[in-house]
Amino acid sequence: MRGLIGKKIGMTRVFDEDGRIVPVTVIEAGPCLVTQVKTAKRDGYEAVQVGFGDRKLKHTTKPLQGHFEAAKISAQKVLVEFDKVPGFDYKSGQSFHVGLFNEGEFVSVSGTSKGKGFAGVIKRHNFARQRKTHGNGHTERAPGSIGQASDPSRVFPGMRMAGHHGNSKVTVENLEVVKVDIENNQLLVKGAVPGARNGTVIISK
Amino acid sequence: MHKVVEATKEFLKTDIPEFGSGDTVAVDVRVREGDKERVQRYEGVVIARHGGTSLDASFTVRKVTNGFGVERIFPLHSPMIANIDVKRRGKVRRAKLNYLKNVIGSKAARIEEKR
Repeated sequence: MRGLIGKKIGMTRVFDEDGRIVPVTVIEAGPCLVTQVKTAKRDGYEAVQVGFGDRKLKHTTKPLQGHFEAAKISAQKVLVEFDKVPGFDYKSGQSFHVGLFNEGEFVSVSGTSKGKGFAGVIKRHNFARQRKTHGNGHTERAPGSIGQASDPSRVFPGMRMAGHHGNSKVTVENLEVVKVDIENNQLLVKGAVPGARNGTVIISK
Repeated sequence: MHKVVEATKEFLKTDIPEFGSGDTVAVDVRVREGDKERVQRYEGVVIARHGGTSLDASFTVRKVTNGFGVERIFPLHSPMIANIDVKRRGKVRRAKLNYLKNVIGSKAARIEEKR
């Protein structure tokens, strides 16, 4: 498999062999159980579906209960599909842990970013602020002009404006794996990872 | 947060002496020049400690060299710190001794020794 599902624990720092400080994010990743193996013949494409985290049976919908029963595993909190590694024989109920990753390897981490609500253009699109004085009429954080005049008489699509910011899927690529702790199912990844603490993240090679 | 602490346990130093704000310490810092390594001593008054017992903890040491105040912030658990010697225990009434920055004259003499 090419990735794992995990939970963001928090950030700290460690020291490398030269004594330099390395900022790291602690991620609790896996063990992930295979819930379904998808094949081109039956499902139209090749993939392996895995689950992570415990969920109470009473909080699981009936269709999902049946899904987990078919794989003969307990109810899982999150389900994610990954590409298959060619030649590897996947079976439902199989378990994958952080041993999948090696120290020094580069991974991508996806998560849901922290929601910022309805945000203005300065926070949302890094616009510059206007002057606060010299006759400016309280338009410090206004976007300014959003287009031309009677020609074209419209605002072009895709114009960057205020609106909902955050709470979207964000992927950070090429994060170095600093440490793999198989015993505690933990990964130390260099740098920041999207989302709040305890948020679900997907780590992939 | 305790899971973060657990994850970085192996990086924590266990041989750190007890010291705090107001104490005079000598810090042995490893300095790498090319492929040679030597130890440099830095002595001064601890004016702040940050981060408690976590791996992120650091402390600030202030000394006056040739009339210029010098402050260095050391990560407490850094492997670049070979040794910390506590030279003198100072009696102070606050945790952050930022007022020392405004004190002119021999400041170390102004901190009373703790008994």
